[in-house]
Amino acid sequence: MNGVHDMGGMDGFGKVEPEPNEPMFHEEWEARVLAMVRAMGAAGAFNIDTSRFYRETLPPHVYLSSSYYKKWFLGLEEMLIEKGYLTRDEVAAGHAMQPAKTLKHGKFDLANVERIMVRGKFARPAPAPAKFNIGDRVRARNIHPTTHTRLPRYVRGHVGVVELNHGCHVFPDTAAMELGESPQWLYTVVFEGRDLWGEDGDPTLKVSIDAFEPYLDSA
Amino acid sequence: MSHDHDHHHDHDHSELSETELRVRALETILTEKGYVEPAALDAIIQAYETKIGPHNGARVVAKAWTDPAFKQALLEDGSKAIGTLGHVSRVGDHLVVVENTPERHNMVVCTLCSCYPWEMLGLPPVWYKAAPYRSRAVKDPRGVLADFDVALPKDMEIRVWDSTAETRFLVLPMRPEGTEGWSEEQLAELVTRDSMIGTGFPRTPGAPS
Repeated sequence: MNGVHDMGGMDGFGKVEPEPNEPMFHEEWEARVLAMVRAMGAAGAFNIDTSRFYRETLPPHVYLSSSYYKKWFLGLEEMLIEKGYLTRDEVAAGHAMQPAKTLKHGKFDLANVERIMVRGKFARPAPAPAKFNIGDRVRARNIHPTTHTRLPRYVRGHVGVVELNHGCHVFPDTAAMELGESPQWLYTVVFEGRDLWGEDGDPTLKVSIDAFEPYLDSA
Repeated sequence: MSHDHDHHHDHDHSELSETELRVRALETILTEKGYVEPAALDAIIQAYETKIGPHNGARVVAKAWTDPAFKQALLEDGSKAIGTLGHVSRVGDHLVVVENTPERHNMVVCTLCSCYPWEMLGLPPVWYKAAPYRSRAVKDPRGVLADFDVALPKDMEIRVWDSTAETRFLVLPMRPEGTEGWSEEQLAELVTRDSMIGTGFPRTPGAPS
């Protein structure tokens, strides 16, 4: 979706402000939110693409004015309500009032902690041969789906070169909507900075994205 | 002493922010419904606080600086090469290591959210996840680097890797001069988190850490 989260190339957000000796968490609740998101995901309540989609779906003024973990929290709460793991009445009351919904992988307990410290695997067997080879010129499609996509707006319509082939991976566009993993070939496609940003762009700049095959046409 | 602590805690309770109250309420509901065990949440947090951090990436970089065969393997298949190191936490598939050279500087961003190699660098800093970095890194990387007091030669290529899928990127910075004969452990001390994102360089020998 063309949401406010798709920020590449936007102006006006100001300087980057590195924070000396930044703490891992600025508030105790941030750590709880991180842990709840990891735990409920690992328990099978949602996948990573769905959780990203819920954060993207926050109204732009909320997205922009919320801290990072606040966005995680708001997305988590809404997602769990919509998927039937809890109700708005329970959230308002601050207590469980309805029977629990069965989790795909069961309760998240101590025995599950170790396995989530290793990143999940997203590579999948290839359903068909790759359409593009390394070195091919490809054009990012000018598509504007209203649901989740990982094709950033700033490359759409532009021509780049396939540089790496990562094999087939879970396709976020369908996974986010719970329409299946639909594995697709994944390529690193590199664009010239000036093709993206015009003649005033930095002549030394190259930008790459990781693009799933359905995002690309031969050029 | 415990009395003082309890008193302080009770007192704090009335001053919780709205967000803190909502987060606590959600955890209560998830616990009461039997979805999560609070001790398991504690263990997740503890793992991030103690086991996972930039030291993992620094060890990988230092090893690549001292062992040409490992460096080659790392650039060919980052996840596989790191998997051969028993003392570094395992990574899922598809960590790609990109090498800085005198001709090319690499920088990593996620313009869409906050993708970042947690296993190697720990949780990302606030600036990495915030709008100024995400919006500008792909369009004006030299301007972003200036915010970090980093300047590159005018003719040096800048390659920005936008992490838009589950592939994760780690920058292999150039080994600082004056470190001939240094051990892996000594070299790892020079490797900063930012140098592995591409918004900084490793420390130079003799500079304050």
